Amino acid sequence: MIEATGLTKRYGKTLAVNNLSFSVAAGQVTGFLGPNGAGKSTTMRMILGLDNPTGGQVTIGGKKYHDLKEPLRTVGALLDAKWVHPNRSARAHLLWMAKSNRIPASRVDEVLETVGLTSVAGKRAGGFSLGMSQRLGIAAALLGDPEVLLFDEPVNGLDPEGILWIRKFMHRLAEEGRTVFVSSHLLSEMALTASNLVVIGRGQLISQSSTEDFVSRAAENTVKVRSPQLAELRDALQRASAGVVAEANALVVSGMDSDKIGEIAAANRIVLHELSPQTGSLEQAFMQITGDSVEYHTGLDAEAQHVLESAK
Amino acid sequence: MNLLAVERIKLFSTRSPWWCALITLALALGFAAIFASAQSADTPVTLSATLFGGTQFGIAVVMVLAALAVTTEYRFNTIRTTFQAVPHRSPALVAKAIVLAVVALVLGELAAFGALGLGMLMRPNDGLGLHSSQDWMNVAGLGPVFAISAVLAVALGVLIRHSAGAIALLLIYYLAVEELVQLIPKIGHTIHEWMPFNVANKFLRGSAVIDGDGGGPAPSDSPLSPGWALAYFAGIAIVFLLVALGVAKKRDA
Repeated sequence: MIEATGLTKRYGKTLAVNNLSFSVAAGQVTGFLGPNGAGKSTTMRMILGLDNPTGGQVTIGGKKYHDLKEPLRTVGALLDAKWVHPNRSARAHLLWMAKSNRIPASRVDEVLETVGLTSVAGKRAGGFSLGMSQRLGIAAALLGDPEVLLFDEPVNGLDPEGILWIRKFMHRLAEEGRTVFVSSHLLSEMALTASNLVVIGRGQLISQSSTEDFVSRAAENTVKVRSPQLAELRDALQRASAGVVAEANALVVSGMDSDKIGEIAAANRIVLHELSPQTGSLEQAFMQITGDSVEYHTGLDAEAQHVLESAK
Repeated sequence: MNLLAVERIKLFSTRSPWWCALITLALALGFAAIFASAQSADTPVTLSATLFGGTQFGIAVVMVLAALAVTTEYRFNTIRTTFQAVPHRSPALVAKAIVLAVVALVLGELAAFGALGLGMLMRPNDGLGLHSSQDWMNVAGLGPVFAISAVLAVALGVLIRHSAGAIALLLIYYLAVEELVQLIPKIGHTIHEWMPFNVANKFLRGSAVIDGDGGGPAPSDSPLSPGWALAYFAGIAIVFLLVALGVAKKRDA
């Protein structure tokens, strides 16, 4: 549905997005994952034709955004909830947007109802809380009943209730058969919402796969084993070339699944008290994968070192 | 037509245009009243003095109104939403310029005829009224001059994007630069003859020398005929608007 090929954006000397190619399948929630500053927002702005790519192109359903007639009916987007005139009422904000793409005014009340803002529709948008602004932004995105929806960090800064609401909403949109492309810097959040992931770091594609694949590849699986014959078990496992780390009263085995460990233990007549597969935390895994590509990572480390040394 | 409605909704759903409109009318009527009451009874008040508030200060406020209509969109990033809805950008900006021109036109006519009416009411014996085509141009012409000034301000708003910057530039230019240019030796006066607001004044007031101390601003020294003066003023606004459209189209929103 969304197809980016060789997308590149350069601001002066900095390369914000570098030769990025990916595709977003129709009728699914696709997560757009990357650390802050990886180029997610820039990419989204290019999809919407707000920023001109330095190179490459991006199409929506085979068309460039500029070639869409009444684009709000095809693509709805929430890039920043605060992109509203603070003195304009929520209804007036939606009304002018609707008018610009020949969307009937009755649709404005419909979307306000959908996001639960009917009671404050006449109030100044500037007085809205972040959660309410976010809902207004979603109402604006839904205005044209679009097939494709883009959300940039929609849960950023929201309270748990707001996050849950957004998460459920995304699922609902996908169930209705819409294409949802949502960015986040939190893998744990994406694991709950997205079925596919486009992962970028420093403006470059790191991987595109199903969320499941990414998560299982990301998390290095280990198995925790407890046994009264720890030393024997350790030798046996090391002979089978598994990675073994000793913990208090237990071994943490990597590079071997629990079935195999159990079989080895049985073959050596070793009693096991515990044999439990451990799944690594998603955030850890994500950091591992994007670690090299975090923009300010190394700079920060060096700076911290510098500050520490000068303090001595 | 749709886009005109869009810009109309945007303009009137915030407060600053209403305030600017009120201030424009208050200045036009207020100065008419001041001139009418301050002038001694034996010197008649002239038409251009009656219109002083509108022609001198009203334009400035109308330009602030028009510039703000654009710069607040950049300030609050609604310009991005606008360009998202209208990806070709120019139609949206042209619609904005048209809506502001129409609003300025209506304001100009209200200000001018309001001031004239007030003047006639307060000085019934001074012969104020629409006696010649020049008088008509002086009064009814305020609307078109307001409209063209608004288009100019929209263009500058698009180019500069910041409220404070755009307003400062417009006001300093309007209130100081055109006058100060005359201080340049030799060529100063020639340049001044072609400065846009000076030329606009030619359309409004012609070159008739106002004798006595009837008050009001000095006539324009532009060599153009009133009709050509208006065309020249409009031409400058359109050139600025075209440049602004070109820049807005290329620029990242």
